[in-house]
Amino acid sequence: MAIGVTNVPERSKSSGSIINDPQVRGIFYQAITIIILAALIYWIVDNTVDNLRRANIASGYDFLRSRAGFDVGQSLISFTSDSTYGRALLVGFINTLLVAITGIITATIIGFLVGIGRLSHNWIIAKLSLAYVEVFRNIPPLLVIFFWYSGVLSILPQARDALALPFDIFLSNRGVAFPRPVAGEGAEYTLLAFIIAIAASVFFTRYARQRQLATGERLPVLWTVLGLIIGLPLITFLVTGAPIGFDVPVAGKFNLTGGSVVGPEFMSLFLALSFYTAAFIAEIVRAGIRGVSKGQTEAAHALGIRPSLTTRLVVVPQAMRIIIPPLTSQYLNLTKNSSLAVAIGYADLVAVGGTILNQTGQSIEVVSIWLIVYLSLSLATSLFMNWYNARMALVER
Amino acid sequence: MARTILTALVSAAVMGVGSYAASAATLDDVKAKGFVQCGVNTGLAGFAAPNASGDWSGFDVDYCKAIAAAVFGDATKVKYTPLSAKERFPALQSGEVDVLARNTTWSINRDTALGFNFRPVNYYDGQGFMVRKELDVKSALELSGAAVCVQTGTTTELNLADYFKANNLQYNPVVFEKLEEVNAAYDAGRCDVYTTDQSGLYSLRLTLSKPDDHIVLPEIISKEPLAPAVRQGDDQWFDIVSWVHYALVQAEEFGVTQANVEEMKKSANPDVQRFLGVEADSKIGTDLGLTNEWAVNIVKAVGNYGEVFDRNIGAGSPLKIERGLNALWNKGGLQYAPPVR
Repeated sequence: MAIGVTNVPERSKSSGSIINDPQVRGIFYQAITIIILAALIYWIVDNTVDNLRRANIASGYDFLRSRAGFDVGQSLISFTSDSTYGRALLVGFINTLLVAITGIITATIIGFLVGIGRLSHNWIIAKLSLAYVEVFRNIPPLLVIFFWYSGVLSILPQARDALALPFDIFLSNRGVAFPRPVAGEGAEYTLLAFIIAIAASVFFTRYARQRQLATGERLPVLWTVLGLIIGLPLITFLVTGAPIGFDVPVAGKFNLTGGSVVGPEFMSLFLALSFYTAAFIAEIVRAGIRGVSKGQTEAAHALGIRPSLTTRLVVVPQAMRIIIPPLTSQYLNLTKNSSLAVAIGYADLVAVGGTILNQTGQSIEVVSIWLIVYLSLSLATSLFMNWYNARMALVER
Repeated sequence: MARTILTALVSAAVMGVGSYAASAATLDDVKAKGFVQCGVNTGLAGFAAPNASGDWSGFDVDYCKAIAAAVFGDATKVKYTPLSAKERFPALQSGEVDVLARNTTWSINRDTALGFNFRPVNYYDGQGFMVRKELDVKSALELSGAAVCVQTGTTTELNLADYFKANNLQYNPVVFEKLEEVNAAYDAGRCDVYTTDQSGLYSLRLTLSKPDDHIVLPEIISKEPLAPAVRQGDDQWFDIVSWVHYALVQAEEFGVTQANVEEMKKSANPDVQRFLGVEADSKIGTDLGLTNEWAVNIVKAVGNYGEVFDRNIGAGSPLKIERGLNALWNKGGLQYAPPVR
């Protein structure tokens, strides 16, 4: 770039008046814009503060330390009505994260399958995938959520006549209840074995790659890693005498008691967001794969590389470069769409924040917290995906 | 949802305009625009609900009409803003509505920190529970372990938490923002118990698919004085809204009804004459910023308190709620109007 700058003819000095100087003019317009923006922000803030005072509305973030007084149905961390508003927001934030992360994982898996399905030579698979994409892409996400929620509610039996599935899993309109493992004495060894297995797997994978680079010999990485991660904890578990019990759900007077329950609110939101976003991801994946020049495949075949390896080593790495940027947008959309939870009573950040907003009347404060949290979530997702994109980008040598 | 955020942001950004109007005379604003903007429930049979042709009716709606009648002498000069529990306070704070007549409980927090004024309690209510008969529950104390449907952002939600904690009972709250969503969830069996103000329970029971399968439990776990609310800082408007209620109560006490109000103007009783603004040199209405006919207009439009009650939620309605605490003070209730003098 440095070369480019020195080559530019010095226009600014040749023109006589300073008013005609494009550089000066540029700075002038930018300064005007900034001044107007600053004045606008000042006016809004000043007006707000002034009017809040005039309307006798208490403001500030002190309310976050007050006792909440209400209960939250779904919480991953302990929460009672004695906890603070701040903790209630944290509960909502964790619930948002939970549905966003699980939704993103599931949507990615379904999306990739359907996207590849659309390119399948099998007529039925291709047409089914097409139908899936067109149906879910063209329905508003809120309707998809209602479809799952109302569908689930009206079809499933009451809690007392819960549908008993194998392994003590019960299905009812109160959600899915399943046995919760309760760690007994010595259970920590199994966990330890699991962590060791993961560390060993990482180590072995690196070693195998170095070995292949050095000698060309390929080690059975997949099987070794699977064996380590499943086998080692399993053996430890059996050797220490299977120290895990289960808290099995049993029918109580109103609900099933004991075990763990995944409520219908979470299930319907999770399913709806996954299915909805997967339709978009499918199209992105198809575009990405189509975007790789046919010459690449033909060249790989000409070199005698097997079709499965061609897909894995030639097509997909190049397709990923096209897929990742729009995929990031879909992840952000899914996270933001999770705020539709409020329609079905899932205790996400917006739902809990709304309750707090109502109990305390601190609308501006709560809305500002929403804005900051969603902005941070989106920026964090973007940063991660940009990092991943940079890793996957074509390395120019 | 969108409306809540919008209202909050608008109230933040444009409060210059909104609050300017709020702190100044609401009455002048209302007269200038030609109608009262009244915040009501999104749909609670008996209190505020639109009928098939979109006309609103109900106990709270009659208060909106009565205010319009007092201001304009014409009960039709009202526009209704249906508000969920969550939307109602920002809507009033920002000046989107002039008065909130939306079965809203008067509490100290709302009266102070939220910047509102509540005064005449137009309905003395209390929170109750409704369950399915087949569960064979006789008392709220047997509800441990139940899933409870409740509307979020209400005092109900807080009382529920307090009651179950105080009695050491477990429960699983299932919360929704809109009353319609709570109804649907309870009707579909998502929860075992429905809790809200008892008047609300009677009203909601009518909308269930099989009303006879449900009973309202005897316990009342809270005081819920329902009152119309206005913004702080406008005493004149506050007085008008308060005295509209007192006029309704006073009319019932005097026996002034929708049917006989013209006749009663000729009454020999000086109290009645003063109340109806026919006393010589009367300033009974002009001091409020209204005409002396204001009480007459209210009664002509909606009747007296007893008539409003009976028509919407009492004996003359499907709800058939007893007068109970809402009877006049001289009939064993709490409804009492300061002297019109």
